[in-house]
Amino acid sequence: MSDQPILEVKEATKTFGGILALNRVSFHVNEGEILGIIGPNGSGKTTLINCITAFIKMTSGKIFFRGKDISRKPAHKIADMGLTRTFQIMRPYYSLPAYKNLVIPLFSPRAKRTGGWRGGGKLGDRNTVGIDILEEIGFERDSFVPYKMASTLPTGYLKRLELARCLALKPEIILCDEVFSGLSMSEIASMVPLIERLQMDGIALVMIEHRLRELFRVARRIMVLNFGEKLIEGTPEEVMADEKVKEAYFGSAEEVEEVMTYA
Amino acid sequence: MDILIYGTINSIALALMALGFALVYGISRVPNFAHGALYVITGFIAWSLLRTLGLNYFFSIVLAIIAIGVVGALMYQFVLIRVRGMAISEIIASYAIGLAILEGLRWGGFKGSTYTLPVFIEGSMTIGDIPVDFHRILVVGIGAAVVISLWLFTHYTRIGLALRGMAQDERAALMLGIDSDVMAVVAMASGAMLAGLAGIVLLPLGNIVVEKGYDVLIQAIAVCIVGGLGSWMGAVLAAFLIGFAQILTVVYLGTHFQMVVSLLAIILTLIFRPSGLFGRQKELEERV
Amino acid sequence: MEQRRKERIDRGIKVRTDGLYALMSWRELGYLTLPRLVLIVGMLILPFVMPSMYWQRVISIVCIYALLAVSFDLLAHFVGLVSLGGALFIGVGGYISAIMNTSFGFPPLLAIPIATIAGAGICTLLLFPCLPLRGVYFAIVSLMYPLAMARVIEALDILGGTDGIMGIDSFPNRWIEQYFVILMVLLFLFGVRRLVNLDLGLVLRAVKDNDQAVRASGMNITFYKAVAVFFSSAMGCLGGACLVHIYMWSGISLFALDFSILPIAATVIGGAGTIVGPVLGCLILVPVSELLRDFGTLRIVFYSLILVAFIVFRSEGIMVYGQRKYHQIERWVKV
Repeated sequence: MSDQPILEVKEATKTFGGILALNRVSFHVNEGEILGIIGPNGSGKTTLINCITAFIKMTSGKIFFRGKDISRKPAHKIADMGLTRTFQIMRPYYSLPAYKNLVIPLFSPRAKRTGGWRGGGKLGDRNTVGIDILEEIGFERDSFVPYKMASTLPTGYLKRLELARCLALKPEIILCDEVFSGLSMSEIASMVPLIERLQMDGIALVMIEHRLRELFRVARRIMVLNFGEKLIEGTPEEVMADEKVKEAYFGSAEEVEEVMTYA
Repeated sequence: MDILIYGTINSIALALMALGFALVYGISRVPNFAHGALYVITGFIAWSLLRTLGLNYFFSIVLAIIAIGVVGALMYQFVLIRVRGMAISEIIASYAIGLAILEGLRWGGFKGSTYTLPVFIEGSMTIGDIPVDFHRILVVGIGAAVVISLWLFTHYTRIGLALRGMAQDERAALMLGIDSDVMAVVAMASGAMLAGLAGIVLLPLGNIVVEKGYDVLIQAIAVCIVGGLGSWMGAVLAAFLIGFAQILTVVYLGTHFQMVVSLLAIILTLIFRPSGLFGRQKELEERV
Repeated sequence: MEQRRKERIDRGIKVRTDGLYALMSWRELGYLTLPRLVLIVGMLILPFVMPSMYWQRVISIVCIYALLAVSFDLLAHFVGLVSLGGALFIGVGGYISAIMNTSFGFPPLLAIPIATIAGAGICTLLLFPCLPLRGVYFAIVSLMYPLAMARVIEALDILGGTDGIMGIDSFPNRWIEQYFVILMVLLFLFGVRRLVNLDLGLVLRAVKDNDQAVRASGMNITFYKAVAVFFSSAMGCLGGACLVHIYMWSGISLFALDFSILPIAATVIGGAGTIVGPVLGCLILVPVSELLRDFGTLRIVFYSLILVAFIVFRSEGIMVYGQRKYHQIERWVKV
């Protein structure tokens, strides 16, 4: 494995009108690594993902994927290179059954290249491949779940469907936008091994999370964002011990004390 | 010199045509494809009041504008409200209403040179050495007055502020106790009245003909797209851009190319700056 | 007192048609194929049952509108692009075919396919700038093109100007004319129905549902929209090309409003998003509009009002209603 990071973001900056949503954020993701990004609400985490995947245009900054500058490429080209993302607000194709949802990514040029087939062939048609991927991600093949309309699936399955859509592209890195949020404890418990397996398959992951306990189980490196700025980067223990991080989440020490006295 | 004067007049006229469309789209996100029809029918209502009923010109204008406001409100209340949010149905329904009005008028025999509204003030004057009739100068005055009063209305009155709130975020406005349906009716009615006003002001410059309905709709849309859909001030500025471009083509190429100018303006805008010259709508929409 | 209530049961067969089980019995097979057969056979024998030449001509016109309506339905309800300018397709296809025929001397049956492909290419190119954008842009631009085209032809006095192009060859005989358009309608009708259920069709539907997710899957939505526009403008251009050879004349009335509004009305009445619905809508609306020919532009008022009424009160359309009634058994049962 080369030392070169798979994804490198240099001084990403984004302004909405006059508001600075991202201020010169730089970080990198190594091959096969899980990077966690945490931060209070509105700290620019989702904006960061949107900027990297070109769903919104960055104001300035550069993004390198495997050493190639992708900051000016359109979203579909970036996904085509293997840099995929999930959406925080799930975006399945509601009017299609779950497995048909995967026919769409499987139709993409990248899936055609990496899958080495063009529909039919020894792996079966796209429906079969779709069901295979769904099974891998935790849809029970012999139950009726993969055949249900996406609009009737519960949140847990929709989050999996988001991941499955990325997997259909045989990605090299997945940017996950809050895959654990909105799930029950048992659903999260079944998601964690899934994430670990993705990592074992050699897929790098960037995970934006609010569920710190589960995140710290899988991610060895954490970056903290606050008001669009990078506060600190390090192991979970280092991050949690940092004063600035506590301040970002709970307010400054004086403020906390003040609140505590009134409480 | 004449290009400057007639360009200004044409631009103000375009701005008048476009404001109603921009207002409705900006507030309720309904593209009002019946805009041109409302423009033309106001002229006919005023004509009928004036000629058939023999009312005073001023009264017939006021009545016609009020009537068109009611038509707009009814149109929203009985048809568009039921298809709100279904983009395809909104477009089709408003377009069909517009067509029904326009072609109904055509069938009703409203064509020919008998249908003209008198100009407000007879006579003309010369600026430099170009003759300009008083009515055209009045158009400029009224246009400016409408733009300014619209600005004051939306910045300093309760309803105006509520409308702006709805334009920015309908759900947030709902939470703050703004009834979005009532506001949309108000927006539609005032959009219709603006269309009507534009008709009353501009139609005396020529015959009232049904074809104008399509022209006005297209000019209005072109102005709105170039200015950025939903941005009123953008629409006013874009009106000047397109207005002068049209006068230039008319002078150097011929009158038939007016429509082509609008179409080209739209296409170029869509290619090079899809959000319009002054619109930030696209950016907000793109937020995932 | 005996109380009764209405019971509705779905025929079980509907579920099984997704797999091979439809072949269970001849009865069920017949049940499934009957509506299709009625449509196909009905369309094929229509020219024979028509009382006069005039009504045979009406059938051809119905077919041309049907092609346009199917193209509108495909664009609006499967890709999410509302085209208010069906007349653009008719006009472009018609003029190309007319030029091919008069200037280059191609026979109609050769000029029509050329006009279809070339016209579709031109229309796609013309509409391309608004494809990357969501929202009302496509509707607006497609509304403007036919009007602008007519003006340009008038202003530059090209392509015959206001007189149009005359002396275009007709089809070899009227039976060929009839069956050519009818077969084309059937071909495109079942072709499009097939298309929307293919993987490519799923992608198109996904573009309508959720274009962001399609982008995230590494696909260029503009490209797929362009593909869809190409297909449907090909249908429209085919219609236009047939039309000029039927009328033996091509002029700026090819850009008339009728071609834009009637297919939309037919689609909404017949059943939006069913593909077959628009054809049924045309079979109803076009003859009615022929009967109302004396009323001139009142016809457009009539379509528009029907359109509004259907959109507001019965947006499912005839086809969906009929389908439901066909697949459901309704009966009164004792409580």
